[in-house]
Amino acid sequence: MPPLAQRNLFHDKIRLAVTLTGIAFSVVLMVVQWGLFQGFSSSATGVIDHSGADLWIAARNTTYLEQAMPFNERKYYQVLATPGVGQALKYIVRWSYWKQPNGHVEAVAIIGCDPDSLMGGPYNLVSGDPQQLKQPNAVIIDRMYSDKLDAHAIGDMVEINGYRVKVVGFTDGIRAFTTSPYIFTTFKRAQDFTVINADQVNFVLVKAAPGVNPAKLKAELQRRLPDNDVFLTQEFSDSTRHYWMFTTGAGIAVLMAAVLGLIVGIAVVAQTIYASTMDHIREYGTLKAMGAPNSYVLGVIMSQAAIAATLGYIVGMSVSLFVIHGASQGGANILLSVSTAIGMFFLTVAMCIVAALVSVNKILTLDPAMVFKG
Amino acid sequence: MTQAIQIRAVTKNYLEGHTTTPALAGVDLTVNRGEMVLMMGPSGSGKTTLLSIMGCILRPTSGQVFLEGNEITAMKERDLPAVRLKHIGFVFQGFNLFPTLTAGENVELALRLKGHKRGAAKDEAHRLLDLVGIGEKYRSYTADISGGQKQRVAIARAVAGSPEVILADEPTAALDSHTGRNIVELMANLAHTENRAVVIVTHDSRLQEFADRVVRVEDGLIVSQPN
Repeated sequence: MPPLAQRNLFHDKIRLAVTLTGIAFSVVLMVVQWGLFQGFSSSATGVIDHSGADLWIAARNTTYLEQAMPFNERKYYQVLATPGVGQALKYIVRWSYWKQPNGHVEAVAIIGCDPDSLMGGPYNLVSGDPQQLKQPNAVIIDRMYSDKLDAHAIGDMVEINGYRVKVVGFTDGIRAFTTSPYIFTTFKRAQDFTVINADQVNFVLVKAAPGVNPAKLKAELQRRLPDNDVFLTQEFSDSTRHYWMFTTGAGIAVLMAAVLGLIVGIAVVAQTIYASTMDHIREYGTLKAMGAPNSYVLGVIMSQAAIAATLGYIVGMSVSLFVIHGASQGGANILLSVSTAIGMFFLTVAMCIVAALVSVNKILTLDPAMVFKG
Repeated sequence: MTQAIQIRAVTKNYLEGHTTTPALAGVDLTVNRGEMVLMMGPSGSGKTTLLSIMGCILRPTSGQVFLEGNEITAMKERDLPAVRLKHIGFVFQGFNLFPTLTAGENVELALRLKGHKRGAAKDEAHRLLDLVGIGEKYRSYTADISGGQKQRVAIARAVAGSPEVILADEPTAALDSHTGRNIVELMANLAHTENRAVVIVTHDSRLQEFADRVVRVEDGLIVSQPN
């Protein structure tokens, strides 16, 4: 067929520019807001997701990572005595205060782990080694927070809750959902930094023995520890994510902005495609009078929508990449995965198709006899 | 002569609110292949309504319409577009060409809708534009050609795919008298040399010399139909 859809779309350059701007704006809004949501989400649960543990045991009614209350370490030994437990680890995540050399104080989240264990330690290390945590009063921080914590190099000395500490390593990309950075240290030292009694723990991380089903082990541990909550790692991650994203309002805000982007896109595309349809209404009437089937006429409209979606997506995604790059320089965490990019393409096409439905309805009810009127 | 269109006791009423307005009040008309019929009459007499019914665009309130011997009025609404596509070509007062397509592509589109393959449609579009005398305008956009040339493109599009019937609504109204005469002469030639049934609605009495028959319509009735 002669390319009627393409010609109609490209014929009016100004209208095309308006259409593509609307779609691109919508794509940028959706990509950036969804990327922010993903970034927030991964920040909220990164420590849990990278823990390498199968199960997390916490005090009763714990809903998120930073909330856990201390409980007696006897529970740790009960865990060790449970059949099916391959490895268990005492673990702490608690707030404390970091004092810079200039006296400025920052809130931080102390993570107390075992440098010899593969569970719950620092990850994405760019300098230093977890074993360095065995040095007296050693900590590992993320380089993203170097300025905030005023610690820029290995060997820098600061103060946590009255204890002099030394930076022995840096990680990369371990963000905190809150403004308080994570500080890795040993379990014993974390007890001091966070003022927990020597016989208390915050969490027990568990690795199931080879061949043991973690879900079954969870049930057994929950039976033996009725005063604690036992989570599969994914469950605890979901619970923490849900808390930060949906009870604080942060997640809803960015999701709403993404939905707003979708609505703006539908409105802009619907308006422009409808205006284009009305401009060419006599031509569509002529096609119907000539005997063209509705499927062909609708195909012209839908092709315009699909072409506009594809072009708008390319423009929008290009702008989004610039925005994301610029935002990351400023410290924002906007994630854009390949699957998100692909999903966003189909969402953009769907948005344009939905927008075109208004015009489709107009065409379906168009009386071909209109061609004889004036 | 083969009967292309046969209309028997056709009436058409338009309903506007609670008021019924009769447009056709019992019309009988036959148009044969190879003849050009001019349909004339004052505005509001029912000419265009009759043309629309012949073209299977409007359904009559009562009566029968036969196209090439098949009763159109017995067909379902959804089958009529296919009948129009195969048997009828239209020429409109305002040309109704697709401005974003070239002259050739306008004709090609009609041929592709009728099932021609791409290459065959292109060749046939060239032949048809040559037939109406503007072969050299194949690649011109309709905005770049004159009114007379536009109407020639519209005629080439109407005869694309060899429909038995060509229906034209005021095809010369937007043209100067000289160009209008040329267009009607061309349509008369198509009727005679290609054995089509051509029906033209017009107010222009100077075109009567080209017609094989002139039908006068007044108040929804055919008042004069010489043989």
